[in-house]
Amino acid sequence: MRPSAVRLLNILVPIKRAVDYAVKIRVNPEQTGIDLNVKHSMNPFDEIAVEEAVRIRERLKDAVKSIKVVTIGPPKSAETLRTALAMGADSAVHVEIPESAPSPEPLGVAKTLKALIERQKEGVDVVILGKQAIDDDAGQTGQMLAGLMGWSQATFASKVEVNPEQKVANITREIDGGLEELRCKLPVIITTDLRQVQLLNEPRYASLPNIMKAKKKPVEKLTAAELGVDITPRLETIKVTEPPKRVGGGKVANVDELLAKLKEAGITGKRA
Amino acid sequence: MASKVTRLRALALYKELHRLGRDYEPSYDFHGKLRRLFEKNRNLTDDEEIEKALRFGEYIKNETLALYSLRKYRHLKRMYPSNSTSDT
Repeated sequence: MRPSAVRLLNILVPIKRAVDYAVKIRVNPEQTGIDLNVKHSMNPFDEIAVEEAVRIRERLKDAVKSIKVVTIGPPKSAETLRTALAMGADSAVHVEIPESAPSPEPLGVAKTLKALIERQKEGVDVVILGKQAIDDDAGQTGQMLAGLMGWSQATFASKVEVNPEQKVANITREIDGGLEELRCKLPVIITTDLRQVQLLNEPRYASLPNIMKAKKKPVEKLTAAELGVDITPRLETIKVTEPPKRVGGGKVANVDELLAKLKEAGITGKRA
Repeated sequence: MASKVTRLRALALYKELHRLGRDYEPSYDFHGKLRRLFEKNRNLTDDEEIEKALRFGEYIKNETLALYSLRKYRHLKRMYPSNSTSDT
């Protein structure tokens, strides 16, 4: 049972090492997925999440006890954790999966995060993660985690204000047609969005000195088995293909030609 | 180099710029230009000139960072365009 006295906040930021945003995605020759032999970097939405966590601490100062980042991925994901630590996180957890293992599915990720949260002796008050990964665009992990934990959730957040005394978070969400303001009781799951007009925040650059300092920050290594979670995929991908090539449009020289082409297409402008 | 301190600063700046240059358009030869510009100034002794050169290096670093963030912003905006039915 959590004591009702004002407690310091513990923030958890799950991040993903995803295909880099600038890479041209190609389907692999077997048509089972995309070519993964390309540059990877931290999912941009997760960068925004890390930045938001660091900014929350900058605003609330001592009210934030710790910012922990976690990733589920192959050994190379350790670099992504290092970048997050360089941006301001205090410690990291690397749930390592073998290099050859398939990428975990959102449900597997959510279950792993749940097991990790329950393992945290000091509890977790805020989980901030990207709304989706740019390589699979699933957009499910945050919501699934909220469901599994029974916690409040605010997805597609474009503005976050945490109030530790009242144990609530006021969050503005991007929805179709505008913005929605929510007040969520802690603990809360927040997924970060790219605001249409501007980013929720501009993630800071991880400078070389900070990267070196980050090497000293603790990184706990775990496996899914140690957490008691089975992350074998439940979905079978049957086929992956590229979208059909765009057929070029044609240019017309004048209005008469335009009318002729429209007529050809069966558009006469006369009532049927 | 005039002093140990400025030497360390120059080295740190070089390392940082070198790391940044990895993501630059390869045909621009960022690393080549970086090295040449630093070598051109290797024998500076006047404190003010050294300071000016270091400041210029910082300026280039910030410009490059700005370019990268703009590039990323543009990419992401194109990948996730605003919903055509919304007002934003």
